[in-house]
Amino acid sequence: MKKRRVYLDHNATTPLHPAVQKTMKQAMKLFGNPSSLHSYGRAARQAVESAREQVASFLHAVPDEIIFVGSGSEANNTVLSIISCPSQQCACDRKERNQIITTRIEHPCILEMSQCLKDRGVDVSYLDVDAYGRIDIEQLKRILSPRTGIVSVMMANNEIGTVQDIQAIAGIVHDRGALFHTDAVQAVGKMPVDVQALGIDFLTLSAHKMYGPKGVGALYTRKGIPFCPFIRGGHQEKGRRAGTENTLGIIGLGKAVSLRHDEMAGESVRLLMLKAKLKEGIIQKIPDIRFNGHPEFCLAGTLNVSFDGAEGEAILLYLDLEGVAVSTGSACASGSLDPSHVLLATGLPAEKAHGSIRMSLGRDTTEEDIDYVLKVLSGVIDKVRMMSTDYSRYQNTTGFARE
Amino acid sequence: MNTSPEWVYTEKVKDHFMHPRNVLADEAQFQADGRGVVGNIKCGDQMILVIKVDKQKNIITDCQWKTYGCASAIASTSILSELVKGMTLEKAFHLSPKDIARQLGGLPEHKIHCSVLGDKALREAINDYYRRNGMENKIQKEEARLICQCMNVTDHEIEHAVLEGARTYIELQERTKLGTVCGQCKDKATALLHEYIRKHFETK
Repeated sequence: MKKRRVYLDHNATTPLHPAVQKTMKQAMKLFGNPSSLHSYGRAARQAVESAREQVASFLHAVPDEIIFVGSGSEANNTVLSIISCPSQQCACDRKERNQIITTRIEHPCILEMSQCLKDRGVDVSYLDVDAYGRIDIEQLKRILSPRTGIVSVMMANNEIGTVQDIQAIAGIVHDRGALFHTDAVQAVGKMPVDVQALGIDFLTLSAHKMYGPKGVGALYTRKGIPFCPFIRGGHQEKGRRAGTENTLGIIGLGKAVSLRHDEMAGESVRLLMLKAKLKEGIIQKIPDIRFNGHPEFCLAGTLNVSFDGAEGEAILLYLDLEGVAVSTGSACASGSLDPSHVLLATGLPAEKAHGSIRMSLGRDTTEEDIDYVLKVLSGVIDKVRMMSTDYSRYQNTTGFARE
Repeated sequence: MNTSPEWVYTEKVKDHFMHPRNVLADEAQFQADGRGVVGNIKCGDQMILVIKVDKQKNIITDCQWKTYGCASAIASTSILSELVKGMTLEKAFHLSPKDIARQLGGLPEHKIHCSVLGDKALREAINDYYRRNGMENKIQKEEARLICQCMNVTDHEIEHAVLEGARTYIELQERTKLGTVCGQCKDKATALLHEYIRKHFETK
């Protein structure tokens, strides 16, 4: 069987869309500083504002509500800092609201920033999730208080793909007078997002998750609500985010978003079909497995599976040697010694978390790719289980003939 | 340590990962003279190491293993199983994690604990052999010493914390809670912290 290179790690990052690459190559000539008044500056300014309109329109927002930033992490840090700015000069007039609520399955940038806020005296509460990764709305209702400033719940989880009922959550949050933020980095470009209809106050998105370039993202901030700049300095982004604009990246983001507008719906249908084939194939070929994440409310291309008795990094590297790129919830591969906090939050025992693999399909994934993965996966799992201390089915087999 | 787009660890680790030697297929058939089990799948690393011993000469004649763990863990037990064949029990017992890591061409810092676990599995297997053959006097047990009386923290736990990444006294405290009551153990704990860092992470 001829080796094939298959990239199944789209939730980690995506390749540039060919049209984005072309647009960016041309845009490299546009070197002016968008803040300059002369023709060089004006040309760059026009391109930046055009991209801003693309992003705003994609989210059903207005251009004024879009701030370009350097990453999803920066956007998330910016939103959470709003609540802890001690400056008297700051536009934030919600100082009596000293509590934030978030979830146990957020991306580390939200969790680390929350911990930092806790150290600064902010009251931080974490919502639990069920076995599928969905938050407990009743718990949210119980924890919400007159002191709640911001509630932050990610729209779609990067590891297990679970999608939250954002509209319901935002409604409850607003009823209690608090603001609602969603880290939508994994969702924007994969499903329609209408900030008006969903009732969102702040939203984070990142270009490199939707076939755009790395190093650029956007923060949507509803008109009229308090904002506190995270990066201070020049007057870029209407004084909300200093630093000369990453024109090239922003143009790439704008183009990526306009392509998503055209390709998103059809791609979702296709990915659901490919994922179903992958899932079915795994069920048929490999015993003692468990799928993580919600079976229905889930990103179309994300499949997270735990293999009993097999360790994640070993699976990942054997697959890598076969040309297949995936990600794992095992501690070993992350450089830390704790397994995925997301899987643990769903109640999955640590040993199963160590044995889990995330496969995230994308626009370039074909049916042949899925067939190939299914061919190599069972051999890999077999090999790892044969060597494992924890897989009893192979305790008494004789011989070890695998290559 | 050579890392490149071609592979994430050394060529030696890759070789043992792709072609593991001496995997224990049938424990009943192997009929071990000594068996060591270390680690915990909850932590993501577990090893079973079994040996056959020539009782006249006290030499290891065969060694096989099973490992639940990452590429570094698999490579550690694989290379260890090759190293010990033909060694006396004494010599095998005195192999160190550094020997394993060196044979593998080096391991990244966060993977050193794999070589430590492999070394421990071998010692457990050897001690098990001594126990089975009425040679308890030969057992070299490493008793844990209590360092922090207030919070009941031993030197083994400090070593474990260092293997997990603790490099300063504050980090040590975060992981073990030692020294957070009367504080008298601080000097001793700090000395051990540096000793373990030297032992596991300094290159000779």
